[in-house]
Amino acid sequence: MDGNKKAFYFLFIPVALWLFILIILPHIDLFLSSFKPNSGEDVYTLENYSAFFADPIYWRTFINTASYAIGVTLLAFVVSFPIAFYLVKVISPKVSGFLMLLLLIPLWIGELVTIYGWVILLGEQGVINESLKFLGLIDHSLPLIYNNLSMTIGLLYMSMLFMIIPIMTTMESLDDAMIEAASDLGASKWTVFRRIVIPHAMPGIINGSIIVFMLVIGDYVAPNILGGKSSLWFTEQIYNQFLSTFNWNQGAAFGFLLLIISSATIWMALRLSGQKLDKVGD
Amino acid sequence: MIRSLPNSPLYKYGFRVYVTLFFIFLLMPLIAVSVLAFNDTSAITLPWKGFTLDWFFADTTERLGLFADEDLLRSIWISLQTAFMMATLSTIVGTIASLLFESFTFRFKNLLYFFAIAPLVIPGVILGISILLGSTFVGAWLDTHLGIDLEIFGPGFWLVVLGQFSFGATYAMLLVSARLKKFDPELEEAALSLKATRLESMWYITIPFLKPAILGAFVVTFLMSFANFNTTIFLVGSDPTLPVDLYSRIKFSSTPVLNAVSFMIVLMITIVAIISTFMKRKNR
Repeated sequence: MDGNKKAFYFLFIPVALWLFILIILPHIDLFLSSFKPNSGEDVYTLENYSAFFADPIYWRTFINTASYAIGVTLLAFVVSFPIAFYLVKVISPKVSGFLMLLLLIPLWIGELVTIYGWVILLGEQGVINESLKFLGLIDHSLPLIYNNLSMTIGLLYMSMLFMIIPIMTTMESLDDAMIEAASDLGASKWTVFRRIVIPHAMPGIINGSIIVFMLVIGDYVAPNILGGKSSLWFTEQIYNQFLSTFNWNQGAAFGFLLLIISSATIWMALRLSGQKLDKVGD
Repeated sequence: MIRSLPNSPLYKYGFRVYVTLFFIFLLMPLIAVSVLAFNDTSAITLPWKGFTLDWFFADTTERLGLFADEDLLRSIWISLQTAFMMATLSTIVGTIASLLFESFTFRFKNLLYFFAIAPLVIPGVILGISILLGSTFVGAWLDTHLGIDLEIFGPGFWLVVLGQFSFGATYAMLLVSARLKKFDPELEEAALSLKATRLESMWYITIPFLKPAILGAFVVTFLMSFANFNTTIFLVGSDPTLPVDLYSRIKFSSTPVLNAVSFMIVLMITIVAIISTFMKRKNR
């Protein structure tokens, strides 16, 4: 074996093992398990999927989660885009570096701690309610927590940074001269955003949207801790099947459906924007 | 509009107000938990009852501080061990993967690369349940066909490490690849023409060039592991990691000790973030 081949196999084998054992094989198993009955009999059946369609709570939750995830993705874009633009194009690079640091801190602190922070802020005797009472603005606590509003705040909070960062990356390559030229030629701000900035940042917007959508649709902590009893979230169904009722095969079917919807949405986003999956990680 | 153009006051101040509000939104939960970690009360939130360090050091039946809470310390220790193993594995395999994909062409390369980046878009819960199902299947198969009963295939420390590594390697690979793209291949060719083998030239020339990115990948995957909940919850055995422990405490038994742990995490991450920002500036 020549040196080149030896080097190739030396690198190829660990990578192949990683992908085969931990990515490919488990997903095949997920797929097969979803067609097995929970009784343990060695037959293939559609009963896990028919259970999904027979019980409205399941498919309603599924649709609710998917539409919510799309909504939060749009919201994250609206909230994040001005921030990304401001950090890259408006303020001095020095201040921007400091603000970037502040942006990254919540990202690395992790979801559990930040969502817990929101529990403290939004709770019935939380910081916001107590402060408003102290200021004499309200007499009784506002219902800020355990509803769809608090859940949305949590989902937005934990995902929006994954929108800001890819948009900032694409915005950095936008030449200021383009904006100056358009502005000199009499374009309004709105026109500049619509015709120059947004089209240029499109790859970043798509990447960010894909990541945000995936994080939101697959999230459990924010809906479970901040959401109310009526906030139906599909991952909670998966958790219940695996960790409470121990019907793993039913859970596998739910998991597979979640994988299908998230892959299909991502595929559609890539298709519509003409991007490749390779670029998502950049 | 941008730095170099004159702006109307409305645009300038409007933008500034929005950005300020955004950063208040961003930092408010972190500041709240940090300040309330020192609140002299058993409630996790306001009103403020005075300053205390009880939630760090007290060891009484009413108040169990962070450094006296053995369960909590244990879950922190497990999280640190998990994160260390996961980051080490992820960084090694991620670096190997980036060398493989950047410097070799082979059959099914695109397909393999597709699987390597798939964890970016697979929700963590799916990775968790698939790996749980896969390992249970393999464990059961070995048990019935070969009579081998290996604990490693059941939920527990190593399964958590492997589960987190399945996506950690992807992130490590992307971080290392970003630097590898800037590598001048002539350096390696020079080594090869001087009779180094391909592996030697990678080890002595390419890897040293990649060192900052490899270190960065280690830190990033370490933090990812330390914060991970979605994948971990399915693979964890009887010893919870910190996020799993925090979750059950938030759900069932909140005391300000949670604020104390959160404060410590906020502090640690802030320090790491500051250091890494300075390192990046130095590397430029």
